[in-house]
Amino acid sequence: MKARVQVMLKAGVLDPQGAAVRHALGSLGFDGVSSVRQGKVIELDLDESDPEKARESVTEMCEKLLANTVIESYRVEIG
Amino acid sequence: MHVAVIVFPGSNCDRDMAVAFEAAGARVSMVWHKDTELPAGVDIVGLPGGFSFGDYLRCGAIAANSPICRSVRAHADRGGYVLGICNGFQILTETGLLPGVLLRNSGLKYVCKAIDIRVETTNTVFTRGYRAKSVVTFPVAHHDGNYFAEEEVLDRLEGEDLVAFRYVDNPNGSARDIAGIVSPNRRVLGMMPHPERMADPLHGNSEGRILFETLVAELAPA
Repeated sequence: MKARVQVMLKAGVLDPQGAAVRHALGSLGFDGVSSVRQGKVIELDLDESDPEKARESVTEMCEKLLANTVIESYRVEIG
Repeated sequence: MHVAVIVFPGSNCDRDMAVAFEAAGARVSMVWHKDTELPAGVDIVGLPGGFSFGDYLRCGAIAANSPICRSVRAHADRGGYVLGICNGFQILTETGLLPGVLLRNSGLKYVCKAIDIRVETTNTVFTRGYRAKSVVTFPVAHHDGNYFAEEEVLDRLEGEDLVAFRYVDNPNGSARDIAGIVSPNRRVLGMMPHPERMADPLHGNSEGRILFETLVAELAPA
């Protein structure tokens, strides 16, 4: 079973990398981009075959390691 | 006086930290991150600067979950002393021993220079040797030194006199110019600047040496 974790900086946490990307897009002529937020995607291959158990386990992974919940939020997709 | 300096893959200030502690009169053991126990009788744990685990995932995140860190946390929970410098500070926030997190520098650039740091509190065994509000010059060398915490956490840090050092001229966007903080029991210090790199006259100045000497002297058996 596959899982996909999306980790993003929480709203309100300044994302200087996103801001730099937005600036670079502007200088390439892509006007009209009012904001860019940059995050990361982590893909996992799991031995677990029960989607509910997989979600529970990946959520625990996010809380313990994959995300720092002081500044980041995460979203888990299973399958 | 026995210090354990933890060595992670990618640590690069571990020997500098050991030299600074030894010059101050401490006995130093280098401890590999895969060890599960600190040497018996360790008084202070040093978490050195560097790029543990290549800064993968987040700075300090993998190191914070390495086997030795369970013992480091237990040492701190027993009231033991911990000094985390640069990557060591990042590891301390990732372990939860200190609040907040070190984000990417607001200017996005790696900052590597000697800068002025103000000693905000002398009410710690780390900073007691400095004059209150005095300004010292320590090098910084980091890409992720932009301290962030929720407003109420910042208020608490200030209200309880837990801000140890502030930047005079903020190089990285740190909240409230914070360069270093201590735990509520004042025994765990995390700081981005490098006192161990200003600990010998040959370094240009030896103001950092005061931190190590004070710490070792305060903890030495009377």
